[in-house]
This record gives sequence, C-alpha cells and structure tokens, in this order.
Amino acid sequence: MSMTIHVDIVSAEGEIFSGLVEMVYAPGEMGELGIAPRHAPLLTRLKAGDVRLDLGDGKEMQHYYVSGGMLEVQPHIVTVLADTAVRAADLDEAAARKARQRAEEHLRDAESQIDTAKAQAELAETAAQLRAIDRLRKTKR
Amino acid sequence: MAGAKEVRTQIASIKNTQKITSAMEMVAASKMRRAQDRQAATEPYTRKMLHVIHHLAHAHPEYESAFMRKREVKNIGYIVVSSDRGLCGGLNNNLFRKLLKEIVEHQENGIGIKFCTIGRKAMGYFKRTGGSVLAEISDIGDTPHIEELIGAVKVMLDAYRRGEVDQVCLATNKFINTMTQDPRIYQLVPIHGEADTKLKHHWDYIYEPDARDVLEDLMARYIEAGVYQGVVENAACEQSARMVAMKAASDNAGDLIDELQLIYNKARQTAITQEISEIVGGAAAISG
Repeated sequence: MSMTIHVDIVSAEGEIFSGLVEMVYAPGEMGELGIAPRHAPLLTRLKAGDVRLDLGDGKEMQHYYVSGGMLEVQPHIVTVLADTAVRAADLDEAAARKARQRAEEHLRDAESQIDTAKAQAELAETAAQLRAIDRLRKTKR
Repeated sequence: MAGAKEVRTQIASIKNTQKITSAMEMVAASKMRRAQDRQAATEPYTRKMLHVIHHLAHAHPEYESAFMRKREVKNIGYIVVSSDRGLCGGLNNNLFRKLLKEIVEHQENGIGIKFCTIGRKAMGYFKRTGGSVLAEISDIGDTPHIEELIGAVKVMLDAYRRGEVDQVCLATNKFINTMTQDPRIYQLVPIHGEADTKLKHHWDYIYEPDARDVLEDLMARYIEAGVYQGVVENAACEQSARMVAMKAASDNAGDLIDELQLIYNKARQTAITQEISEIVGGAAAISG
C-alpha cells in the first residue's frame, strides 16, 4: 500500500467526494498543482477547471469540475471548498444590482422608516386568527 | 329534497378541498425530507471554512479583516429569510414578531435598521409596514441555490464595508422537529472568532496569491454559506409547518364532512318519511 492522503471535496450545497487518494491535481490560481501526501500546508484560490484524483492501484483517474473555490492542504488532508456558482466580480455586482432594483421597485411607495405600531398590529391580527382556528378545533373535539 | 341536495353539494366541495389539503400535506412531507438533507449537506462546508478562517486570523493578526473587527453599532442590517408562499401556519409571523421585538429595542436606543429580504412574505410585510429594504430576493423555489443569494448578500456586505451598517444579522427559523420551528436571529458579521487554543504551535500555510486576498474571499464565502444555510433550514421549516397546517386542515375537513353527512342523512330520512305519509294519506283518501 502506497502513501495516501485524505481528500474532501465539499461545496456549500453538499459533499462531493471524500476518501483516500494517492495524488490530487487541482487548478490553482497561480498554476496547476499536484499534491502528494505530506505536502506542506497550503491555501490557495482555485480557477475553474478539473480537480483530478489519482486513486492509485491502477484505478481510473476521477475528475470533478469546479467553477472556482479554495484549496486547503495539510500534510494528511486536502480540502477543496468548491464554488457551486460561477464567480466573477462583475457577475456578483450584476446580481447585487438586480437585488437592489427589485427592492426599489417593490418599495417605491412605501415608507422608509418601519412603522412599528402598524407592524405589531398586523402581527397581532394574524396571531389572533391562528389562535381562533386553534380554539375552534379544540372546542369541537 | 332541496335541503338534502344543498348539503350534498357542500359535502362534495369539502371533499375536494380535503383532497387538495391532504395532497399538499404529502407533498410538503416529502419536500421537507429533501430540505433537511440539503441542510445537513451544508454543514461540512461551513465547518471547514470557519476552521480555516480562524486559523488564518490567528496566524496573521495583522490582516484583521473588516468582517472580524467589532465596531460601535449605529446601524444594523437584517437579512430576513421568509417563505415565498403562505399556508404554513404561523411560521413567518413568529419570525417577524421576534424580529420586531428586537427592532423596537434598537429603535429606542437610536440604532438605525436596514433590511434585506429573502422570500415574498418578508417583502410583502415590509412593504406594508415600511422599512428601509436595501435588497430583495424572492421566488427561490424549493431548491435554493447559492447563486441566487449572492446578490442580496453582496448588497449587505457592501453596505457593511462602506460603514452604512455596523452589524449584519440573519433572521431565520431553526428546525427543531417536525412540530416545532423556532425563530432565531444570528449575528453574521462581524464574525465572532473564538480563540482557538489549539493553535499555540506555530505553523502556517503557503498562500497563493497572498493571505489577505484569500482571507477576504473566504469570509465572503463563509457569510454566503451561512445565509444559504439559513435559507435551506427555513425551507425545511416551511415544509414542516405546511405539513402540520395541512394535516390540521384535512382533519377539519373530515370533521365537517361527518357533521354534514349527519345533516344530510336526517334530511333524506325526513323527506322519505314525508313521502310515505303522503302516499299513505292519498291511498287512504281513495279507498275511504
């Protein structure tokens, strides 16, 4: 049995791979990285590309596409924090602008200061409705 | 038999409603299970990330990120997570109530409040009651993706960077079990880092390109992941609340049908009795 290193590929939306491999290849921001067991601790951003895992024993290489993310290396464990979305500053900015616009559209005629009295009244009303339903159910039984 | 006929149509309509509510109950139950799985799936990512952030922050105190520095709180930004659709009992309502309590307290202390809403219910609420909403996201559906949340989170984080808000909180429901959901408000930014005593020994990463960039990137992703987790958890809560509400509705419909069935039977019986007595009366008149 040759030396192995534990690899976790995780994204915010789920775990993608977890297991022992002989070698990890990843698309680092500064260039392609090959990580063997006992690699020095390393932290880098990843570019979009393939993360390849060499499982050893003549098994086929496993490929996982990542659209970017982070790579953390410690001597016996490698963690790929993969992005699930394509990230770029201008794309993010566009998304932010859209979210802002939507808020403005909806609130064009609303007050900018929260009217706590009104807010409380509305909550009380809904709560009372729910309570009434509850009571109705109980008395029937 | 006019009365009986009316009751019969009423029963038929309630039966239809019951079919719908029980279908919704079952749909919610299966969606809830999936939402719970999704929620569990986010856990390793955020845990790992927080670990790295803490390590980084310790190894490089000179790169103290704005997201970790505490400052005097003059304005608070709330990211409010709600459902897109109703028929889920008091879920959103309970959250808003808890939030409002905090807001009232803050307003008394002269702290400004800004919002970023996720889900139609929160938007509708602040539209009616007023409030400064910086950004909104809705129609995220049953399978939320980080992609859809990036925009709204960025608006809040930008506001934080510019100093328009000094704290960002996330208001969402915590899934306790199918019957119970608990509204919670978490502080997202500044990230409260706990001193990790394990890091006494000195070792550090090799950074590519450099520590500061990596740290900033990690922070933003960590916060996004936190919001995503909140959204997914809220989705699980929404489904379970809906399941319970729909179960109650189906039960109620069942009770109503039973009652109406009784009324219908009585009406039918009366009509038959009346007919018989009329026939008997008629026959008696002819023979007599």
